[in-house]
Amino acid sequence: MNASAEQIAASPEAIAAALENARYIADEGLATAVFLAIRLGKPLLLEGAPGVGKTEAAKAIAHVLRRDLVRLQCYEGIDAAHALYEWNYQRQLLAIRHAGDQEIDIYDDRFLIDRPLLQVLRAPERRVLLVDEIDRSDHEFEALLLEFLSDFQISIPERGTLTAASQPVVVLTSNRTRELAEALRRRCVYHWIAYPDAGREAAIIMLRAGDVAETTARAVAKAVGGIRAHPLAKPPGIAEAVEWANAATMLEKAGSPWPLAFRRAIGVLIKDEEDLSYIAPELDRIVEEALG
Amino acid sequence: MNGGAALLPAAAPFLGFARHLRKFGFSISPEQVTGFMQAITLLGPRSMRDIHEAALAMLGPAPDRRGEFEAHFRAFFHGEIENLVEAEGEEETGIKDDVGEQKQEVDIRRDDESGETASAAERLGLRDFGRGQDALAEFRRELPAALPVRRSFRNVRTHGRAKLDLRRSLREIVTADGDVPVPLFRERQLVPRKLLILIDISGSMKLWTEDYLRLAHTVVQAAPGAEIFTFGTRLTRITGPLRLRGRKQALARASALVEDWDGGTRIGPVLLAFLSVPRFSAFARGAGVVILSDGLERGDHAEMETAMRRISARAWRLSLATPLAGDSRFRPQTAALKAILPVLDDLVDGSSLSTLTKFILSLAQPAPNAEHMWNERA
Repeated sequence: MNASAEQIAASPEAIAAALENARYIADEGLATAVFLAIRLGKPLLLEGAPGVGKTEAAKAIAHVLRRDLVRLQCYEGIDAAHALYEWNYQRQLLAIRHAGDQEIDIYDDRFLIDRPLLQVLRAPERRVLLVDEIDRSDHEFEALLLEFLSDFQISIPERGTLTAASQPVVVLTSNRTRELAEALRRRCVYHWIAYPDAGREAAIIMLRAGDVAETTARAVAKAVGGIRAHPLAKPPGIAEAVEWANAATMLEKAGSPWPLAFRRAIGVLIKDEEDLSYIAPELDRIVEEALG
Repeated sequence: MNGGAALLPAAAPFLGFARHLRKFGFSISPEQVTGFMQAITLLGPRSMRDIHEAALAMLGPAPDRRGEFEAHFRAFFHGEIENLVEAEGEEETGIKDDVGEQKQEVDIRRDDESGETASAAERLGLRDFGRGQDALAEFRRELPAALPVRRSFRNVRTHGRAKLDLRRSLREIVTADGDVPVPLFRERQLVPRKLLILIDISGSMKLWTEDYLRLAHTVVQAAPGAEIFTFGTRLTRITGPLRLRGRKQALARASALVEDWDGGTRIGPVLLAFLSVPRFSAFARGAGVVILSDGLERGDHAEMETAMRRISARAWRLSLATPLAGDSRFRPQTAALKAILPVLDDLVDGSSLSTLTKFILSLAQPAPNAEHMWNERA
C-alpha cells in the first residue's frame, strides 16, 4: 500500500502510466518534469494558459503518490498568517482564564492553527502541496515562499524552527499574468503546459466526458483547435472542450442533427459575448471541416 | 575554487551548453546547471531526447523564447549551423519584449511579409537620439506625488483613526497575560497605480516621437510601476532599456530595440496583439493607460474599436493624447475617433511636452469624460 515515492517514480514512463490511471494524460515532457521533481526533491513549476489542466495535474500527482493534496490558493495580499500558521488567540485567552493560578503553556500545539505550508511540513510523506496561481500573489509573498521552498523549514518564534523530516512534493502553478521572480524559477523544475494536439485532446475528452463517441471526441478536438487559432479574448480550455462534447452529445440524443448540435452547444465552449460574435460567421466552416 | 577536477569528461558538453546559453542572454544559475546534470544522470540518459527534456525542465526557458532555445539546443548538440530564424511565425503582428534579446553573434531575422498588410508596409529603420533640453526635470520631481493611488490589499500598522487590528491586539493581550494594553490599529495602505504608456511611432507621428520617448524615460525614472510600449506595425516593450538612468544611453538602447520606426500604423491589430499576451494585458488592469497617437487608422477601424473597448474595460482610466488636438479647430470627426470616443475617459492635446506633462500630472484628479467634453465644444 505505502510504496515510497521513489518506487512509484521509477521512470518517466512509469509516471506517465500512473498518471493515465489517475485519468490524466500527460505528454512526455510533463511526465519527465514530474519524475525529475520527485526524484531531485525540487518543487515543480507548471505554467500555461488558463484551462490547460495545471491544477488537474497536481491532483493527479497527489493521487498517484497516494497522498492528500493541500491546496493554497494565492491572491493579492495573502500573507504568513494565511500560508504558514496562526495562533488561536481566542482559545489562548480562554485557556488562561480557565487555568486560574495554574501554570499553562499557551504555545502548545492545541493553540496552533496549521495553515497549508505547515500542514505539509508536518507530514511530508502523506501530503502534496499545491500553491495555485502564484502569479496572483504579490512580491512579498513570493519572497516568503522562496524561503520555505529552499530549506523546507518554518520558524515560529515561540517554538523554534520546524524542519520537514523529508523533502515534500510541491507543485506551483501560474497563469503567467506576470513574470515570476527569477530566483523562484531557478529553484524549480519547470514545465510549460501547452494546449494539447488534436489526438491527445481527443483522448482526454474520451477519458473525461461521460459517454462520448470516439468520432465526436475527434471532431471536437479538431474544431476546438481551429477555434483556438483565432485571436479570442478567452480561448477555450480543455475543460470547456469536454463540456462541449458532453453537451453536443446530449443535444444529439435529444434529436438535433450533428452540425446543429455543435452550434447549439457553443455556449459552454465560448463564454464571452464578443468572442461569440467574432467566431459566429466562421463556426459553421470550422465544425463542418472537423466533422470531415 | 576549482571543482572541475572531479567532473567526468563526458559531462563537459552540458556545462558548455549552459555557458553557450548564457552568452545569448538566457539567465541560468549554477544551481540550475547542477540540477540539469543530476537530471541527466537520473534519466539514464538513454537518448538525446532525455537530454533535451532535462534541459527544458531544469533550465526552464521562458515560453516566448522557447523557439530560440530549441535552435540553440540543435546547434550545440547536433551541430546544425542553421539560419536561426525565430520559430513563432504564426503571429500576424510582431511582438517584442525587452527581456535580454541580445543579438551579438546570431542574427535573428523575422520574415513575415504578409501580402494583406501591404498598405501598412513595414519600413524598418533605426533612429538616433541624444539632443534634449531639460524641460522635464520639474515634471520628474512632481510626478511621484501626483500619481493616482488605489487602496492596497495589504494591511499596515498605523496609529489611531483606523480599523482595530484584532489579530495583533489579541496577541498583545496574550503576552500581557490577559491585560488589555493599548489597542493596535491597521489600515490599508495607499499604493500608486501603474501607468501604462503606449507610444505610436508611425510615420504620421514622426514629429513628436522623440519628445514622447523622452517623456517616457522620465516617467519610468519617476514612477516605479510604469510600463512603456511602442507600436507602429509591431508592438515593442521598451520599459527595460528606459530603466537606465542616463537618458542618452536609455533612448539609444530603446531605439535600437524598436524596428518599425516611421512606418505604417495598424493600431487595432497591434492593440489586440497587446491584449492577447496575458502578461502584457495584465499591465493594463487597474492602470492609468495613456495612448499617444493621432488615432489615424488605415482601413477598417472595427478592430481598433474592439481593442479600445477591451483596454478601457481593464484600465482605471483610458486617455488618448493626440497631437492633432493642438489645433483649436480640431474636433473628433474621423470615423475611428468617433467610434472610440465613448470608451475614452480623456481625449487631450498631445502636441507639446508641456500640455502632456500637465495632463499626466492631473491624472489623479477627476475630469468629465471625453465624449461629454467634446460634445460641449461642438
